[in-house]
Amino acid sequence: MCVHPPPFQLLIDEHASELHRFLTACVGPIEADDCLQETLISALRTYPNLRHADNLRGWLFTIAHHKATDAVRRSVRHAVGGLDGVEPSVAPSPTADDELWGAVRSLPLKQRAAVVHRYVFDLAYREIGERMGVSEEAARQNVSAGVRRLRQEVNR
Amino acid sequence: MNELERLAGLETDATAAVAAFRQRAAAEGLLDVAYADLDSPMGALSVFVTPVGLVRLAYGRAQDELGDLAERLSPRIIAAPERTDAVRRELEEYLAGQRGAFDAPVDWSLMRGFANAVLRATARIPFGSVSTYRKIATEAGSPNAYRAAGNALGSNPVPIVVPCHRVLHAGGGLGGYTGGLERKRFLLRLEGVLGE
Repeated sequence: MCVHPPPFQLLIDEHASELHRFLTACVGPIEADDCLQETLISALRTYPNLRHADNLRGWLFTIAHHKATDAVRRSVRHAVGGLDGVEPSVAPSPTADDELWGAVRSLPLKQRAAVVHRYVFDLAYREIGERMGVSEEAARQNVSAGVRRLRQEVNR
Repeated sequence: MNELERLAGLETDATAAVAAFRQRAAAEGLLDVAYADLDSPMGALSVFVTPVGLVRLAYGRAQDELGDLAERLSPRIIAAPERTDAVRRELEEYLAGQRGAFDAPVDWSLMRGFANAVLRATARIPFGSVSTYRKIATEAGSPNAYRAAGNALGSNPVPIVVPCHRVLHAGGGLGGYTGGLERKRFLLRLEGVLGE
C-alpha cells in the first residue's frame, strides 16, 4: 500500500497551537517549548514511514503526551538528586494565573493530562484513553481524581 | 468549575518553539524541502529548496504546489524562508536588472530523461541571448523532437533560473510559456531581447 501523508507544514498549521496549549497545561510554559520541539522532531523523523495517515492529530497528541511524561520524569529525577520538592521546573507565569498553574502542577501528570484533554480539548474518555495509552475507564478515573484534587488545591 | 474554564481559555504562542524546531530539523537532515513565498514584479512566486538546491520555482503561491511536491519529493516539506534566502536574493537582483546569471545550485531531480537533457541545454543559453526549439532539441540529442522539446520546456519546474523564456520559434514567434506569454515578454524585455 502506498501512503501519501499530507505536507508536514499542514500539520504544523493545523495542530502546533493546540499541541502547545496542551503541553503548556501539562508541563508549564517553559518546558512546553522544548516539548513541542521534541514532539515535532519525533513526528517528522517517522513521518515518511507512516503506514496510514488516519487521525494524524491523535498521533501527534500521543507523541506530545510521551514528551510531557519524559519532561516530568526528568524534572522529578533532577529534584530528587537536587534540592527541594518534586515540582517540575516551571517559570513564573507572567499573568495572574499563578494560582491556577500551581494547582494544575500539583496533580500527577496522568491526572493533569487527562483533565487537560477533557476540559481544554473537550475529548471523550475513549479518545483520552487512546492518547494516553490507557483504557477508557482509567481515563475516566484520572479525570475525576484530577478534578477532585484540583478543587481541593484551589479551595485550600 | 471556574479553574477549568480558565484552563480552557489558555492562550499560548507556539511561534518560538516552531522556529526552533525548523532549525533543528534542518540541522538533523530532516528538512527535505524548505519553501517560501515572495512577491515580484511578475506577481506571486514561490521557491522550494532541497539540501541539493532549488528544486521548484512556481508562478503563484506555495500553497498550490504543496500537495504535488509532497508526493513527488517528500512529505517532509516545511515553510522555512530562512533556508531560501540565497535564491530569493538572487531572484530579486535578477528581476531588478542587477544580475545576469544565477549562482544558487539547481536540484534537477524533478527533470527526467529527455526533459532533463532539454532543460540542461536550455540552462546554457546566456542572459540576453535566445535559441530555438529545434536547436535545443538537437543539443539534447534528438533534432526531430522539437515538439517534445517544447513540452519539456512547458513543464520546466524551475522557470526563470533555467531560462526556458529564451527559447523561441525559428521564425521569430514567441512560442509558448509556462507562466503565460505576458511573463515571457516581461523577461525578454528585462534582458533587452525585446524592446520596451
